[in-house]
Amino acid sequence: MNRYFKAKVIENLSLNSSHNLLTLEPLDPAAEPNPGQFYMIEAGDSYDPLLKRPFCWLQKTRETIQFLFRIKGKGTSLMRAFKKGKVISVIGPLGNGYPLPRKKRTPLIVAGGTGIISLFSLINKLSHNCHVFYGARNKDELLLLNELEKLGNKLIVCTNDCSFGKEGMVNEVLSQFLSANESIKTSCLIYTCGPKPMLQEITSIAFHEGIRGYVSMEENMACGFGACQGCVVNTISGYKKVCKEGPVFPIEDIVWT
Amino acid sequence: MDLAVEIGSLKLKNPVMTASGTFGYGEEYSEFLDLNMLGAVVVKGISLKPMEGNPPPRICETPCGMLNAIGLHNIGLKRFLKEKLPYLRQFDTKIIVNILGNTIQEYVRLSKALDDAGVDAIELNVSCPNVKKGGIIFGTDKRALSRLVLKVKQSAGKRVIITKLSPNVSDITEFAIAAEESGSDALSLINTLRGMAIDIDTQKPKLANITGGLSGPAIKPIAIRMVWEASQSVRIPVIGIGGIINAQDAIEFMLAGATAIQVGTANFINPMATIEIIHGIRSYSEGKNIDNIRDIIGRIHGTAGHNNINL
Repeated sequence: MNRYFKAKVIENLSLNSSHNLLTLEPLDPAAEPNPGQFYMIEAGDSYDPLLKRPFCWLQKTRETIQFLFRIKGKGTSLMRAFKKGKVISVIGPLGNGYPLPRKKRTPLIVAGGTGIISLFSLINKLSHNCHVFYGARNKDELLLLNELEKLGNKLIVCTNDCSFGKEGMVNEVLSQFLSANESIKTSCLIYTCGPKPMLQEITSIAFHEGIRGYVSMEENMACGFGACQGCVVNTISGYKKVCKEGPVFPIEDIVWT
Repeated sequence: MDLAVEIGSLKLKNPVMTASGTFGYGEEYSEFLDLNMLGAVVVKGISLKPMEGNPPPRICETPCGMLNAIGLHNIGLKRFLKEKLPYLRQFDTKIIVNILGNTIQEYVRLSKALDDAGVDAIELNVSCPNVKKGGIIFGTDKRALSRLVLKVKQSAGKRVIITKLSPNVSDITEFAIAAEESGSDALSLINTLRGMAIDIDTQKPKLANITGGLSGPAIKPIAIRMVWEASQSVRIPVIGIGGIINAQDAIEFMLAGATAIQVGTANFINPMATIEIIHGIRSYSEGKNIDNIRDIIGRIHGTAGHNNINL
């Protein structure tokens, strides 16, 4: 099965002013993705932008793959204009994805902003068994709330400006939870994705509480399959490629600068 | 129809190669394409000792191109010979190893080892703009370049030596001639152009290395011009590199004087780009009734530009 394939746009829904939900139908047989894996998606028909963009998958059915993306720059603005029926080229699934926890471990899913997109497929797979901590800057930036509620996990939502849920940053909310639930510390496992400063805070909490876990990292990348060596992060064993050795790394392996 | 070309004593089944640093060690692409179909695989630059490369961010996109400052991140000679070369040997394609060093002695040791290992050709990287020491000094100083090529040629026996030239010089022909006179069997050009981009929100350079090498379609006209100049100033074959995305681009380089071409940045966007280019060159030749692709090499040499009256 070739991971480089053509796909047809089935639907491209605008969720709000800055997020779209894109549904693609692969025209060639496509491999089943694991939670936390990603795809490189062609953003335009011309040489500008030149490179494909990496996106984590959200949901997969037998015929389609769904992506939720934030409109941030030139590439995603062009993607927002994708019309139904358009055929684009895609590479994926790429990267390693989240390793699933052993049975007795309670997963603590900690998402910041669009980090929820990468973690959603994991939450979906783990179903009722996990605690989800999800923070965003404000109410408008919160994504997938209904879907998360439907999944029936223990869900704690927070916003920096208190426009929805608890007030504060998601790392503060996680800290409060851990102080109130001392006993969970020995049997839980953290999965986290979000902006770098937040990931750094979560890493430090994990370190101080002696909790193990996994972090999904992001870096500029050109190819997505290990050739350009552009997307490295610094780890305790040197530079590692986010696209191939990641994007998911053991939380204690990352060297933050 | 004959797509075969010759780079010195090296016979390629077609003129399409991969550019160093964009094709890993071949393995990365084997799930996307049949490596047997390629004229040659040029692997990521190898140094004597492994190199960690530059800190991230290492790449950023620019209009119709990208800047990279990977910093020659590579696994070193020993691991290449042990882990990567045996894999590539399974395929019916030529293996060209790009090498880099800080001193002539390092280039000589690398060439000897690769000659002993029986690779098909060695490409001297004297033009990486992203490392502070070595490499580039040979690419921007004619005398240093001559000494380097001479020494490598003496030590690497009959192996085909390709000198990869830097475009970051005022007159590429001087370097082309210097390499030829010192015994280089072929030239490849261009490597990336030094460039820079700044994030206006953070008011910082977009790359941790501050500057990087520009590649992609944005540099193609410069590369075409330099191939046209260089190929007219030397008798040895010139391998054209710079923003080749499709067969039309590849043919343009050959008309300008390139005997073969290397596909670089395009591999990142379309991992099957090289194969599509080979098919495209074949259909172009069929369409134009060209029996032998060698007939188009340098065809525009000595011709005048477009005359608007005839358009």
